[in-house]
Amino acid sequence: MQMRNARTAPYLFLAPFVISFLIFGAYPIVRSMILSLYITSGPEAQHFVGLDNYLYLLRDPDFWTAFSNTATFAAGSVALQLPLSLGLAILLNRPDVRGRDVFRFIFFSPNLMGLVFSALLFMLILAPRFGLLNASLHALFGLPLTTRWLSTPELVMPALIMVALWLYTGFNMVYFLAALQSVDGELYEAATIDGAGRWSQFWHVTLPGIKPVLIFVVVLSTIGSFQLFELAFLLLGNSSGPDQAGLTIVMYLYQNGFLGGDLGYAAAIGWTLAGMVLILSLIQLRITGTGKEDR
Amino acid sequence: MRRAIVYSLLVVFSIGCLVPIVWLVVSAFKANADFQAYAFVPPVDRLTMANFPSLFKQMPFLRFMVNSFFVAGATVIVQLFFSSLGGFALAKYEFAGKKAIMGVMLATMMIPGPVLLAPMYELIYHLRLIDSHLGLIVPGMVNVFGMFLFRQSMLSVPDEMLQAARMDGCNEFQIFWHVVMPVSRPIVGAFCLIAFMGTWNSFLWPQIILQSSDRFTLPIGLNQMVGVYEADYGAMMAGTLLAVLPVVMLFFLLQKEFIAGLTKGAVKG
Repeated sequence: MQMRNARTAPYLFLAPFVISFLIFGAYPIVRSMILSLYITSGPEAQHFVGLDNYLYLLRDPDFWTAFSNTATFAAGSVALQLPLSLGLAILLNRPDVRGRDVFRFIFFSPNLMGLVFSALLFMLILAPRFGLLNASLHALFGLPLTTRWLSTPELVMPALIMVALWLYTGFNMVYFLAALQSVDGELYEAATIDGAGRWSQFWHVTLPGIKPVLIFVVVLSTIGSFQLFELAFLLLGNSSGPDQAGLTIVMYLYQNGFLGGDLGYAAAIGWTLAGMVLILSLIQLRITGTGKEDR
Repeated sequence: MRRAIVYSLLVVFSIGCLVPIVWLVVSAFKANADFQAYAFVPPVDRLTMANFPSLFKQMPFLRFMVNSFFVAGATVIVQLFFSSLGGFALAKYEFAGKKAIMGVMLATMMIPGPVLLAPMYELIYHLRLIDSHLGLIVPGMVNVFGMFLFRQSMLSVPDEMLQAARMDGCNEFQIFWHVVMPVSRPIVGAFCLIAFMGTWNSFLWPQIILQSSDRFTLPIGLNQMVGVYEADYGAMMAGTLLAVLPVVMLFFLLQKEFIAGLTKGAVKG
């Protein structure tokens, strides 16, 4: 009796996951593929069009605007956040730094605000005249108070990248700090005895030591950045900003699927996004050589 | 000298992180007329509590708060139970199909969320859950990331402990509930905070399925208010401040567990 119990137990324990996965995971994935072959108007009216949704998408200039905005955001975010968060982690990891926990908490604190509420806050911070950003730039460097961050097309993406930088740098730093702390200290001693300088220690001991975490953070940040929606939607609204400067791929999906009511097209956009993210992740993993030596 | 440079860099970045938050707190107590006159901090005697009553008068803020607490609370409890149970099964039993299930879990995590928005909307529509809180809670009953988190942590519970409980006549569920869960308290704390933050800040899905304002959660409600009461900056900042307080309080309650949980999966691979 005891034995039988222990044999069936794991299946019972996993049943909620399996059932919920079948209904809210497997079914929607399959349904999404089918749906992407239809033009729909709301959940009731559907018309089969084969691959037309995908062909239309690739020819729609709005999609390419969305793609280029999203790619700009992703590239800008990753290129700024990663060196900064790694740099901060290295500074904090120095044995002579005191108050490490306090600094770590401070750097992490923007993350507690969360994406949505940070966006609401930055709506005012980025405002012309009385906004904190213009006021600070004016006080420090004498820049004009009238810069309209969210209604000047060229400034929209830099503004979003800046908000993301504020929000996520500390979050990534927590990962890097934990990774740095797990690097074997004896490796540094050995490197010092071998006469390695600071730079060469960083290159030959630190980087290889944190490589798995580094790749993890790079890939996840890229995937996350490509799904940019909330910041752009909250700061710029339905209309996606001046000259569509804030139109992102997910916002394009939202506008077509849920404001326009074409769920089929929304599904096609979703799969196109998934394909792009997958290709990008594979390229990143290939460049960093993951999967060859490590596993 | 070197140390001075290190500290000044750290302090500069600390200021960058903290100033917007301080500005939020100050703005919540700033009169609307003072936003133009004092971009940073107005004289202390000009600070006011008036934004808070005006916030509650202008919109059903309390309703939004209650809705958010209900949705986040229910989601966390359901997810905690199912994810820990599933994670326990994966950590402590050998059974046919285990590899397949873990493979499926990994694959699910790879698929970007937006792919599922359209079919999910259709599904929730046919289940008649549009514009309901159940439509927010039910699709996220099991948190795959949470299952991995619990599996990782429960691997280190010694088998002897389970064996001893079996000898004492515990059935498998009692072992999970009375033996394994109590020793997993840190990871439970970490998971609760991560899951709560995720649900509390959730925007896109609620934005899609919620329609009536008495069902809005805080992110949806506050964002709607921005459109209607655009000039009432003080009330907006007061609302934002009140909206982030629960997360901050929960964080202070659980922060040790949280940092440990956050980095556990990453570092140990």
